Amino acid sequence: MGRRRLIALGFVVGSLLGIGLYARRGRSSERVDLYFADGSLVSLYSDSPEAAPLLVHARDALRAARR
Amino acid sequence: MTEPSVALAELTEISTQIESAVLFDADGKVVAATIPQERAAQVATSAKALLEQAGQIGEGELTQVEASTEEGSLFVVKDSTTMIAASTSAEPTAGLVFYDLKSALRAAAEPPAMPKPKAAAKPKPKRATPPKSSGTS
Repeated sequence: MGRRRLIALGFVVGSLLGIGLYARRGRSSERVDLYFADGSLVSLYSDSPEAAPLLVHARDALRAARR
Repeated sequence: MTEPSVALAELTEISTQIESAVLFDADGKVVAATIPQERAAQVATSAKALLEQAGQIGEGELTQVEASTEEGSLFVVKDSTTMIAASTSAEPTAGLVFYDLKSALRAAAEPPAMPKPKAAAKPKPKRATPPKSSGTS
């Protein structure tokens, strides 16, 4: 009985970890990191309204660089 | 002076992650690039717009930006007068790329190395004129 519970618990923990990692990976695929002179860093992910126009410029530059 | 184009050539030689780089001034005018002029001008325009828009977000002075997209990453680093934009493949080692870009910016901004002045010709030591012999010993 105890062994079954342990296996079930392991399965649940593993699933949660997998979901977390997958969500994190998906979220970090597109982002903009801003580095300031005082050493601070601001990360804007693609789902933030501030990142969208910055990513447009970045894609334009990348396309021009690779054309 | 390290020519800006030489600095960029060394940059792409040293860094395996950087695909192309464009050096431009505060007006967006291309100073040097590893890609053809027309494309470099477009990269400079977009990178400058990116910096300007990003600069409005934080309160401090923006010095560098990394924009990661599915197609690859765009890095922009600025100093007081010039900026450099570089494209890399997806998921580069950001710290290394920033280090290489800053080194290239510094190299391009270095004052010209002055040629060593020729050593001034030493005046030949004057021969001591032998005392005139009086003819008598």
